[in-house]
Formats: sequence, structure tokens, C-alpha cells
Amino acid sequence: MTDHAVELKSVVKRYGDFTAVHDTNLGIPEGSFLTLLGPSGCGKTTTLRMIAGLTGITEGDILIKGRRVNDLPIHKRNLGIVFQNYALFPHRTVQQNVAFGLKYRNTPKDEAERRVREALELVQLPQMADRMPSQLSGGQQQRIALARAIVIQPDVLLLDEPLSALDANLREDMRIELKRIQHTLGITTVFVTHDQSEALAMSDRIVVMSAGHVEQVGSPEEVYNRPASEFVAGFLGNSNILSGKVMDIAGPVAKLELDGLGPVLAATDGVGRTLSTGETVKVSIRAEKLMLDGADPAGDDISTFPGTVTTVDYQGQVARYFLESGGLTLQAINTIDERPLQEGTETAIRIRARDCVVLPH
Amino acid sequence: MASLDPMDNRWRPWRLLAPALTAVFLLLVVPISFIIVYSFWLRTATGADIAGFHLDNWEEVLTDPFYRDIMVFTIWIAFATTVVCAVAGYIPAYFIATTQFKHKAFLLLLLMLPFWISYIIRTMSWINILGSSGIVNVALQWLGITDEPIQMLYNQWTVIVGLVHFLLPFMILNIYVSLYAIDRNLVDAARSLGCTGWQSFREVTLPLSVPGLAAGSLLCFVLAAGTYITPVVLGGPTDAMFANLVFDAIITQLNWPLGSALSLVLLILLGVLVAIYNRFAGLGQIAKSFG
Repeated sequence: MTDHAVELKSVVKRYGDFTAVHDTNLGIPEGSFLTLLGPSGCGKTTTLRMIAGLTGITEGDILIKGRRVNDLPIHKRNLGIVFQNYALFPHRTVQQNVAFGLKYRNTPKDEAERRVREALELVQLPQMADRMPSQLSGGQQQRIALARAIVIQPDVLLLDEPLSALDANLREDMRIELKRIQHTLGITTVFVTHDQSEALAMSDRIVVMSAGHVEQVGSPEEVYNRPASEFVAGFLGNSNILSGKVMDIAGPVAKLELDGLGPVLAATDGVGRTLSTGETVKVSIRAEKLMLDGADPAGDDISTFPGTVTTVDYQGQVARYFLESGGLTLQAINTIDERPLQEGTETAIRIRARDCVVLPH
Repeated sequence: MASLDPMDNRWRPWRLLAPALTAVFLLLVVPISFIIVYSFWLRTATGADIAGFHLDNWEEVLTDPFYRDIMVFTIWIAFATTVVCAVAGYIPAYFIATTQFKHKAFLLLLLMLPFWISYIIRTMSWINILGSSGIVNVALQWLGITDEPIQMLYNQWTVIVGLVHFLLPFMILNIYVSLYAIDRNLVDAARSLGCTGWQSFREVTLPLSVPGLAAGSLLCFVLAAGTYITPVVLGGPTDAMFANLVFDAIITQLNWPLGSALSLVLLILLGVLVAIYNRFAGLGQIAKSFG
């Protein structure tokens, strides 16, 4: 009756008086790639560990393939887990590491050998079977850990910050690699990370968590462009959070009076309820959506304010500006043609209505 | 040309090592050299030793079945003690390494507590426990299980009990260090791949703690094989160990040459054992548990 590979129903985790995960409901569709995203201590790893069976559940139910697993010990859950530090068995060869799970599934020897070979080919390390883990680089160890987790054909693949121990370049390669493998196998995957770019690049759906609460669930685009809370807006990318008052509502667009800046047109489709005139609201504007002189958009939904550049953070293809406007400090990220605006420059700040997002709370 | 310039870095390690090297030389190399020289001297009936190069002591020590039997007995006691320590020490070591209890340092301190009491007193305390008027016999008689006290002391088993009592903390510490270093995720990974708790222990925890077990075993074996007090206090008249022989030869019979040869035999035997261990495991592991 459900096509969810994993389902969390009113799951709560408490440690003594401390609640690590508040009443959480989550459905993970079969074959999808779901990311639990948030800062450290937000409950994302605890959630993963509860699904894995490494941590008990205080309240609620967890279902895997429709079966309640609350009391099912980890070794009977048929999950593949990749740990942040790889956790390869240091006293076993690569071959033995990958074959480990098959041994406990009574897989015949021929079949086990074939599947280990296939798994090693999938992670593009077929020639490493006889090495010891200590003879492999970090990236190679990560691939072997992945091979070990997928060779058992798990119902769900759980990835606990698997890329964070790799250096930056390798991390971006592995990101693509991991997504390719997940796509090839069509395996339901739960990925835990604090890195927003990993989450945006890899996920079908992102669950943004903060302080044990789910802040928003949505596709990468939804979460990025239509943040459901001030926390989400602030956590993903650089956002300007401003407050103001609703003056007039016209369909999906509202006219607001922003504190310090003045009248602006804003999108209300992310709010999920009807706003009323005179209500105080918060809006989120992405730093890259604040357009300064040089970027001159056309349209009738653009609001314009004057501002002064106070600080320039030049990064080559883009520059990050801090601006002063109406007693507020705003952040803008613009691509640069020639040279960036200089400090002290008076500029016009333009915002499209659809980029000025009214937050639900 | 060697420079005396204090800024010359070539001599810096030697200058820093000098006090330790001097101590090792004067307190270890020199006395052992004396013992080696002594072992080739001859003892005479009048009491004056004859200097020279005589193999008589060595011949006696290596061929007399009396010495051979005591050597075998010494190895047996040391071996039995080591096995008991390994089995009995693993459990508390595992507990301390895996407990969620906040004050782990306190548990380790408790382990060290026995060292604050003299080894001899700790050994003698067994007389109050297993002796004919010790608590075990008193309890058995009070319960009416026996009328007469049972003779439990003064045999090889009580020697082993006394040695285990003395050596267990060394074993626990060594096992603890290697267990503590095992990444918890390895066990979790094994569990996720289908192991029960016991299987993951056998597949991951136990093999990865072997270095600690080996280091602890070496330490226990060497210390047990060289023991002198325990067989004197807790052993019977026939339970002499090799160190007792050395004592007897040197202090009682005043036969320094024979005593020297005997002590060198024990030194060489244990040295060979350490060398074998070092070949396979490396002595670095022992250093860890004192680090």
C-alpha cells in the first residue's frame, strides 16, 4: 500500500532530558536519493542511526519496505552503511572486506566471487582486490567501503557524511561518481551531510534539519529558491533576511513595505496560506539575486533601491559585495564582466518580485 | 673533526641521551659483564673462587636434570599464569574500553590501586584467605561442609593464584589499550553486514586486540618466569622456581659462579622469547600501554 522504501512515523529520540530528534515524519520513495542536511547537532546523524538500528527509538515507528523494524536488530535489516571514516576492516584484504557481508548471507563461493568482482568494477577498482586497506588512498578506501555496502544488495543505502574526509577536488569527483552508482543501481539512498553543495548536487529530495526539527522537505530547487523558514534561507547560500509589512496583495505577488528600504514586490507562493494586509512578514532575498549596476534586468516586477558599496570580496568570476542601504547591511553576489565595483560606489540595487520570497513564519 | 660548539646539532642527541646511557652502562652492562665473567670461574671447597675460563658451571647447569626440571616447572607456571591472566583480564579490559561510564580514568586508577600495596603483603594476604584458619576454611567449617581445615595453600596452584593476582593489571592494561584503539564504526560496519554481536566480536574486535593480548602475555610470562617471592610465600617445598635456585646458589651456598651461570640461563631464555615476540609483533605495543 506504500511505495516508500523507508518511512518514519512520529519518530522521537530523547537522551535523558535532551531531545535529539523531535516528532519526525518522513517518507523516502523507492529508488530515490534523499539527503538529511543541517549543521552539526541538528539530529541528522541520529536520524540515520535510528534507521540503521545503531540507535534506539524513544517514540514512533520506523518502517523499511513496509515492515516495522523498531525491534529488528541491525544485522537483520539488510542495510548498506558507508561511514565517514570508511571503517574498512584493517586486518582484511579488499576482497575479504567486500565479501564480508556475502559470507553472512551464505552466498555460494562462485556467486560471491562474481559479485565482489562486479562491485569492484562498479567502483572502478577491479585491480585492488588483494591489497590491504592501509595500502589505499582515502578516495580508494571510500570506493571500497561503498562496494562493500552495495554488494549485499541492501534495501537501503545509508551514507554518513561519506565525502567529508576527502580533499576538495576528490570530493567533487566522488560526488558525481556516487550519484552515478546510485542511479545505476536504482537503490534507495539516505545521505547525511552538512555540506549544502553536496546536498544540492546529489539529491532528489532534501530534508533540512535544525535543532532536532525538520525545517523543510523538498527538491533541491524548492529548498533553494523557496525556503520555508529563516533557518533554511540562511543555511543554504547567502541570503538577506528582511522584515516588512504587507501593504497590498495581488494574486501570487504582494506589495510590501520593507523596514529601512521601502516598497517592494514579493512572491507569496511559498507561504502556503493567504496573507492579510497589515501583517508583518519576513522575506528572503538570495545574495546573487540582488542586482547592482552592470546587471540591468528588464521587467515590470522589479523594485529598485539606492545603496553604497562598503566592502568588496573579489573572487575572480564573481564578487561578493556588502552594501549599505537604508541603515541595513545587504549582501550581493554578482558575476563580473571586467572589474568589480569599487568601495564607496553609489549603485542601484534591483530585485525581481519572484526572487523576493516571503517566508511562511 | 668533532666540534665542541654547543650549537653543533650532530652531537645534540648524544648529549641529551648521555645521562640515560651512563645509567644503563653502569647499572646494567657492567654488572651483567661481571656475571658473565663470574660464570666461568670455579668454586672450591675452601671458599676461594678460581678465576679463569672454565665451562664446568655451564656444563652442570645445562646437563643436570635437577636444573632442567625446575626450568620446565618455571615455564609451566609462567605459561599457566599467562593463560589465566589473558582469559580473566580480557573481560574487565573489554568492559573498561566499551563502557559509557563517564569516569573511565577512575576505573583505570582502580586497576593501579593494588600497586600501592607492597607485593609481598599482597602475596601474604592469600594466607588469610586460603590458610587453615583463613576465611574460606572458616566458612566451610561453619557451614558444616568439612570438619577439618582443607590444605589449600603451599602448592603450585596457589603459586599461580598469587602470580595472577600480581600480574592481572598488566594484562588488563595492555588489552585495554588495543581495545580502546579499535574504531567503534568497525563493529557497527560488521553488524550492518550481517554479524550478530558475538560474530562481530570474533571477526573484528578479537583479531584487532591480538597485539594487546600478545604484549600483555609477554609481560606476564617474563615477570612470572622471573618471580622469586611468590613460590617462597605460597609454594610448597618442591615448588621452587628458577629465581629461587639463583638465590639459593648465591646467598645460601655462596656459590657465585654457579649462581651467575643459572641467572644467565634464565636471562637468555627470556631474552630469546622477547626477541621472538619482537620479530612478530614489535615491542612498540608494550610501550603504548605505559604511554
